[in-house]
Amino acid sequence: MRVHLIVIALLLQFASVAQAEIHERTLSNGLKVIVKEDRRAPVVVQQIWYRAGSMDERTGTTGVAHVLEHMMFKGTRDVPRGEFSRIIAAAGGRENAFTSYDYTAYFQQLHKSKLSLAMKLEADRMHNLLMSGKEFAKEVKVVMEERRWRTDDDPHALLFENLMATAFLQHPYHNPIIGWMGDLENMTDADALGWYRTWYAPNNATLVVAGDVKAKEVFALAQRHYGGIPAVKLPQRKSMGESPQLGIKRITVKAPAELPFIAMAWHAPTLRDAEKDWKPYALEVLTGVLDGNSSARLNKVLVREQQVAMDVGAGYDSVARGPGLFVLEATPREGKTVTDVETALRGQLEALVRDGVSAEELQRVKAQVTAGEVYKRDSVFYQAMQIGQYESSGLSYHAIPLALEKLQAVTAQQVQDVAREIFNDDRLTVAILDPQPLPDKPKANPGAAHAH
Amino acid sequence: MLTRTLFAAALSLAATVALATPQIQHWQTSGGARVYFVEDHGLPMLDVAVDFPAGNGFDAAGKVGVANLTYGMLTLGAQGLSEDDIARRLADIGAQLGGHFDSDRAGVRLRTLSNTAERDVALEIVARILQQPVFPEPVLAREKARWIASLKEAETQPDSIADKAFDGAVFGVHPYGWHVEVADVDKIQREQLEAFYRSHYGAQHAVVSLMGDISRAEAEAIAQRLTENLPAGGADAHIPAVMIRIQPGEQRIAHPASQSHILIGTPGVARNDEDYFPLYVGNYILGGGGFVSRLMNEVREKRGLAYSVYSYFTPMQQPGAFQIGLQTKKEQADEALALVRKTLRTFVDKGVTEKELRAAKQNIVGGFPLRIDSNRKIIEYLGVIGFYELPLTYLDDFTARVEKVTAAQIHDAFKRRIDPDALATVIVGAPEGTAK
Repeated sequence: MRVHLIVIALLLQFASVAQAEIHERTLSNGLKVIVKEDRRAPVVVQQIWYRAGSMDERTGTTGVAHVLEHMMFKGTRDVPRGEFSRIIAAAGGRENAFTSYDYTAYFQQLHKSKLSLAMKLEADRMHNLLMSGKEFAKEVKVVMEERRWRTDDDPHALLFENLMATAFLQHPYHNPIIGWMGDLENMTDADALGWYRTWYAPNNATLVVAGDVKAKEVFALAQRHYGGIPAVKLPQRKSMGESPQLGIKRITVKAPAELPFIAMAWHAPTLRDAEKDWKPYALEVLTGVLDGNSSARLNKVLVREQQVAMDVGAGYDSVARGPGLFVLEATPREGKTVTDVETALRGQLEALVRDGVSAEELQRVKAQVTAGEVYKRDSVFYQAMQIGQYESSGLSYHAIPLALEKLQAVTAQQVQDVAREIFNDDRLTVAILDPQPLPDKPKANPGAAHAH
Repeated sequence: MLTRTLFAAALSLAATVALATPQIQHWQTSGGARVYFVEDHGLPMLDVAVDFPAGNGFDAAGKVGVANLTYGMLTLGAQGLSEDDIARRLADIGAQLGGHFDSDRAGVRLRTLSNTAERDVALEIVARILQQPVFPEPVLAREKARWIASLKEAETQPDSIADKAFDGAVFGVHPYGWHVEVADVDKIQREQLEAFYRSHYGAQHAVVSLMGDISRAEAEAIAQRLTENLPAGGADAHIPAVMIRIQPGEQRIAHPASQSHILIGTPGVARNDEDYFPLYVGNYILGGGGFVSRLMNEVREKRGLAYSVYSYFTPMQQPGAFQIGLQTKKEQADEALALVRKTLRTFVDKGVTEKELRAAKQNIVGGFPLRIDSNRKIIEYLGVIGFYELPLTYLDDFTARVEKVTAAQIHDAFKRRIDPDALATVIVGAPEGTAK
């Protein structure tokens, strides 16, 4: 396949260039600084990644990692409430933050001349945050509204929250990132402050800067702004796992909706040793074979040929601090049931385990991976994001180009082997959305009645 | 990015805020399609967009949904290519096919590696999709069933219910306000799609945008090839006028959700309107500027009443909606609604302060480089500039237009456009006992 070879050659050339542009230094207080130079536009992104996410929380205070993320915008002694956002906005910047199971990250995107300003502000709130009870009381209400909006009133989100809580009995992925509503109601400013004091420190963070910058200058700026922040003694991290499941688990979630929905999730490994592991790479390829494009197996067979499903998808993420899940999801077509869809999905998995994948399918997935590597360079933000995710998951950014090589090396046999191992009912949780009709369903509104 | 200019900037050590805007090349194909091209060899890839005035604003009365389904079916079968052939062959070369559909525009988006080996295959498939779609009957039946199911689902979800009621209230009988019903989809026939395609996908109103790693000569050949065998077209490319003044109204719709979904608005501004920049800058201050807007400050920062509260204009060929939105728990919905209305009324009555205006300009002007920092963002601008026939210097002039906006202009534009006493309000999941 000539086309394919050309692409790979191009890619390898690219990957080596990409690597050469990444620079790394660790300050004496333990802050790791990683710089990705990219001069395509005169912009820069700063991301600070704290290795503290919802998986580090304790029973009774779930959601505190995310609540603290909100509180980080509430001011320090030198930068009063609201000023952080106002200063970044006045500098032409965009900013936000995100909390995951594994980490909490903050970012600013700005013209390259404003990097020092962003660093000054970010360094300030790394160790000078003020925690006011009054501000906390308001902000935790905002978070409860966020929970209602994201989860409580969204049937699919509710289903996945229940799915995680069922698939993981022991590992803290059991708890939702946003926290259980009861925990949010009981949370205090002392909980948030405790979280901040425990985890927000240079020796628990990775600073990623990407864009039209020179690594040497970034290191000097980082030293100037972050260098004086003292390291703190971090708590010992306990290793948390999940004992083997003792049989299939099935749950039902009732919520206002029209269409039923099914999600099937199997326990699956994530990358621990990017050099030696092979299963996570094989699972990534497997995901592509099942759902990498609209002619991939699931859509082709379930939606187009059998017409048993309206929509179908597969998901797996090899990069995480904790254990993984391989997830299939589908909406039955009208007249079909979730059982019909489950049977059809299982049929596809059985075929995969029995017959494996074709060379053509394998190559198609790899071609997409290869092209995706070029496309990703169109976004400086995403490149920084990927570095941060790898670093926060206990992998190194060096594993990014390595993963690319490993994906290209995955064999059909490995895909079949990993499928045989993973698609076992003793690893499986099935969650079904049982749609509930609205109490008094609004009549279809032609729209003309209320205007003019 | 404009490689030459950036290189120059990188060489100078001074931290200048030089705004390197992409150099847009423009021409027409022999069939009349307008082409917008930015040459950039920074990455070995090419983005292509081809748009037509064929959005749902062009649906005919009684045939609602035909525009959307025509667009949706384009990539699901072309002469000699099944839907699977299309998807598979593009995947084989790592190309990504997408689309854009709104009230005005319908079109395809392609991202491909720029090597001729991949590029030629990808472009040939796109040409076939645009020039010889077949709308296969069995695929149509399946897609209609899928659409109907998703419409029924949407009728149970508060945000979708709110959008539909809001558009109806703001636009009345205008096509911008039409939402597809199950019965509309049921009766759509293949012949209607073909007819819509033939009349709305002609070259004379097509806009081709190209961004990336090709030469001018290659761009000319590509644009020609993509538009050379398009149908005759001939449909009017103009959307009927929107009635700007609406009767005030408030719809309260019951829903078991824990939050009320609130939308408030009125027809806003057209893309080519002189008021666009004053309204854009003004709206940044009102509810467009993320954490620093007045709505965010009043509703979220001061009182913790909502996670998200925003306002925006939707500049279309005709005035699209001006919309304020928020979600808040039912018990406090009326409090939040009163607060939003008061904030808007104060804004329209009193206008903005010089300090607010300065901060808004600092953000919009200072943040301009972020608007054009990727091929993806630039090609979206090319599409808008081309489709709405904005000046080729739109990006070059952007910051100057923003700088020129005065507080008086903002006050004047909002006063003329947004009447706080004549707004449509929709509350889905209305507080108990208040739904009608």
